[in-house]
Amino acid sequence: MYDRKELESIRERERRWNQERVKEWLKKRPERAESFRTLSGIEVKRLYTPLDIEDLDYSEDIGFPGEYPFTRGIHATMYRGRLWTFRQFSGFGTAEETNERFKYLLAHGETGLSVAFDYPTLYGYDTDHPMAKGEFGKCGVAVSSLEDMEILFKDIPVDKITTSMTINGPAAIIWAMYIAAAEKRGIPKEKLGGTIQNDILKEYIAQKSYIFPPEPSMRLIVDTIEYGMKYVPKWNTISISGYHIREAGATAVQELAFTLADGFEYVKAAISRGLDIDKFAPRLSFFFNAHNNFFEEIAKFRAARRLWARGMKELGAKKERSLWMRFHTQTAGCSLTAQQPEINVIRVTLQALAAVLGGTQSLHTNSLDEALALPSEKAVRIALRTQQIIAYESGVTDTVDPLGGSYYVEWLTERMEEEAQRYFDRIEELGGVIPAIEKGFFQREIAESAYRYQQEVERGERVIVGVNRYVMDEEIDIPILRVDEEGERRQIERLRRLKERRDSSKVRESLSRLKRAAEGDENLMPYILDCVKSYATLGETTDVLREVFGVYKEPIIF
Amino acid sequence: MRELAERALRGDRRAIARLISLAESGSESLKEAMEIIHPRAGRAHVIGVTGVMGVGKSTLICEMALKYREMGKSVGIVAVDPTSPFTGGALLGDRVRMNPLASDGEVFIRSMGTRGKLGGLSGAVYDAVEILDASGKDIIIVETVGVGQAEVDVIRIADTTVVVLVPGLGDFIQTIKAGLMEIADIFVVNKSDRPGADSTVNELKSMMEISEKMVPVVCTSATEGEGVDELLVEVENHFQMLKDTGELERRRRRRYETELVEIVMGRLKKMIYDEGRFRESVGELVRRITDGELDPHSAAEEVLAGLLR
Amino acid sequence: MERKIRVLVAKPGLDGHDRGAKVVARALRDAGMEVIYTGLHQTPEMIVETAIQEDAHVIGLSALSGAHFPLFPEVVRLLKERGVDDILVIGGGIIPPEDIPKLKAAGVDEVFGPGTPLNEIVEYIRRNVKR
Repeated sequence: MYDRKELESIRERERRWNQERVKEWLKKRPERAESFRTLSGIEVKRLYTPLDIEDLDYSEDIGFPGEYPFTRGIHATMYRGRLWTFRQFSGFGTAEETNERFKYLLAHGETGLSVAFDYPTLYGYDTDHPMAKGEFGKCGVAVSSLEDMEILFKDIPVDKITTSMTINGPAAIIWAMYIAAAEKRGIPKEKLGGTIQNDILKEYIAQKSYIFPPEPSMRLIVDTIEYGMKYVPKWNTISISGYHIREAGATAVQELAFTLADGFEYVKAAISRGLDIDKFAPRLSFFFNAHNNFFEEIAKFRAARRLWARGMKELGAKKERSLWMRFHTQTAGCSLTAQQPEINVIRVTLQALAAVLGGTQSLHTNSLDEALALPSEKAVRIALRTQQIIAYESGVTDTVDPLGGSYYVEWLTERMEEEAQRYFDRIEELGGVIPAIEKGFFQREIAESAYRYQQEVERGERVIVGVNRYVMDEEIDIPILRVDEEGERRQIERLRRLKERRDSSKVRESLSRLKRAAEGDENLMPYILDCVKSYATLGETTDVLREVFGVYKEPIIF
Repeated sequence: MRELAERALRGDRRAIARLISLAESGSESLKEAMEIIHPRAGRAHVIGVTGVMGVGKSTLICEMALKYREMGKSVGIVAVDPTSPFTGGALLGDRVRMNPLASDGEVFIRSMGTRGKLGGLSGAVYDAVEILDASGKDIIIVETVGVGQAEVDVIRIADTTVVVLVPGLGDFIQTIKAGLMEIADIFVVNKSDRPGADSTVNELKSMMEISEKMVPVVCTSATEGEGVDELLVEVENHFQMLKDTGELERRRRRRYETELVEIVMGRLKKMIYDEGRFRESVGELVRRITDGELDPHSAAEEVLAGLLR
Repeated sequence: MERKIRVLVAKPGLDGHDRGAKVVARALRDAGMEVIYTGLHQTPEMIVETAIQEDAHVIGLSALSGAHFPLFPEVVRLLKERGVDDILVIGGGIIPPEDIPKLKAAGVDEVFGPGTPLNEIVEYIRRNVKR
């Protein structure tokens, strides 16, 4: 980016600066540590200059917002045009309770919904299943049938707002319920906008909420991609997620590399079904974590956009829209402390700022009490206000990619890209993403990073305020949200009444048609829609697929 | 102790577990229990399953156990995993693969670390097998990672030894290096749905032709449960052959010989390290060897003389 | 007699967040203990049966989903029912502070929340094993 002569003179100045100024200064004031490292372990230099980015080509590597390779953002005017979507993940207890929380959030300025489901739902069990004991409504809302879905979105304008649903194993079924519930209200599926997470690879890798083995899981995902492309064109049928990979202990580099590797895997799977990349690629979306190391996170987002655009081009994408990496960000849950929980607000602020400076399309800010329990209403409101302050008061939204051109940020962006590429090569050597999962490669890499991080904290090499420095004896006084225990009983009762009321021969027929289709190779979405419309429960529908597909057993890696 | 042994004989799971712990820790009070246990052992068929890391031994064992349960046989499983030589700790994760057996009252699974301790690993495993045997288990499966001599020794406990491989040259070579070829009574090529399974089978066969020792080769896909029936048939045939030819008795004699020697060796080592009079004199001898006053062989003579006195 | 502390690290319920359980398992191993890991999705019945077969000194339960009630007390109850009184039961995860006294009243020996130094867990186990 600089001419040779200029670079030579900078090089000379830098050499002198090091030998004279720095040397002298260090004598008076030694540095606080021997080396400074990002959370990924990348060594950070004392100073960055044009010399560190001399190999970068502005037009090819950085470019302009809205233009390839999209390092500076996918839209030309970014937040000057439209702010990101304020999207708070929420859900607990019964569908009625969560419906109320949704309305509360919308009334306070939230612009999109994001549904958390409880564990039984994530595994495709109804609330009355023995494994559901003790889990009802604790980590999200329980949805066991179309009836629950109808209650969950009652009076919410699903044709106007978008809804993100964090669901993976049974994603196709839950999505079918959403579509069916909307249709019953007279809203056609073409009008529905939102996202299902539907990213099973990261479940095997990190979060472990899987049901079926990889092969049938990939089939179901491609089924939803294909169905969405044809009939629900405004829906993002997958949200390829690094968030959980990071929460499981991965570094920023690993999050970046593993998420994109997963993304390319889905694209290849859809291509081998015969789908046109330019038809489905615009509906792929991403979901990242925003952790503590400010600049590394920003560099990660910028590198992700560039890597995706380049990779998609290589896979044959022609339309510009197919090269866009659109992503949602959530601040890092695992960075929250149970100690002095109020200060989590400050962590969340910095992390959210990194996400915004990294060009996110939508954002969830964590609540201060989440290391202790589900967030209370007040804590959620403060979290939402954090986004609003960044958006409206800080001024960081006034120009596009304000950190573009920073020697450090550009260097780090390139470095992240290189490190990710190295991981891509290793995954390739192992035979691809699924063989690497079966060999425990990702799991081992993540477990190593998690353990190393914890040891650094224990040794005090990583400071965590309130945990290993500035520790206080304190009474923790945070109002805690309680899930109403009665809800479980009511939910089970509702399920019982539903099973009495519905036309059980219709249920049986739709389930057996699904079974036959699953044994063949048709797209399963229409069959699943029939099942949910007949009020077959989530558990019943999933059981049919369990019977045909089997269940996944994970390799154990520490 | 006698009461604990009696309870174990009646199949009391806590008593069985506690006795195995005593065996693992090298407790001398175990002797009293084994006096009662040993005469009641010897009825079970002991099957060793070994192979290098990642060949799917635990899953295969789980499938075998499920089949034995279908036949109405009770099963004991001893799963051995390496202890870290640096910390002395161990992560024992084989059970995870055996989850389908977790709520079956007729299956008893015990995980053990190799511990690298004075009594020798095999000692504790021998005892564990005898305890499970005496408690009435029909089938006892011992799982080890076949990487070191100690693990290969453990497998000598078995009446029937199954060596597991997966397709791919790397595992084949490792298996040869680990000395597992010699001890196999049956070979299993697991994950046989993977490419290269046929050539692994062929290589095994040509290896056996060279060494003139022919044993059955069974292909399985443990995650699908395929080939397990066939494996059990081969295992049963082998056991029958052992009984018919008198080889069973020879193997068990060898087992008890090894165990006897190990117990004696273990006790000797313990004496040398733990008993005051020896610790001191050994310490003194080591000092003299270090200073060049004495060679290790002559020093050993002195220690032996002391022991035998 | 060689003494080796055996710890069963178990994840009851459906929650798949095993980062903490695995980090603790490794730390206990590095402290010289034998750690038996059960894997995910264990019922209290499975956990108690495994602890008995493995003759564990300690059961370490991890739950981040809020399902510590009723699952942790259920493990304690089943142990009592089987007549086991010499296994130390500890728990960790996302556990609201006000639940800790209730868990202890239900027979859980100690609860370690987020941010607990690993060494504290190791030391606690060493000091408190019941046999």
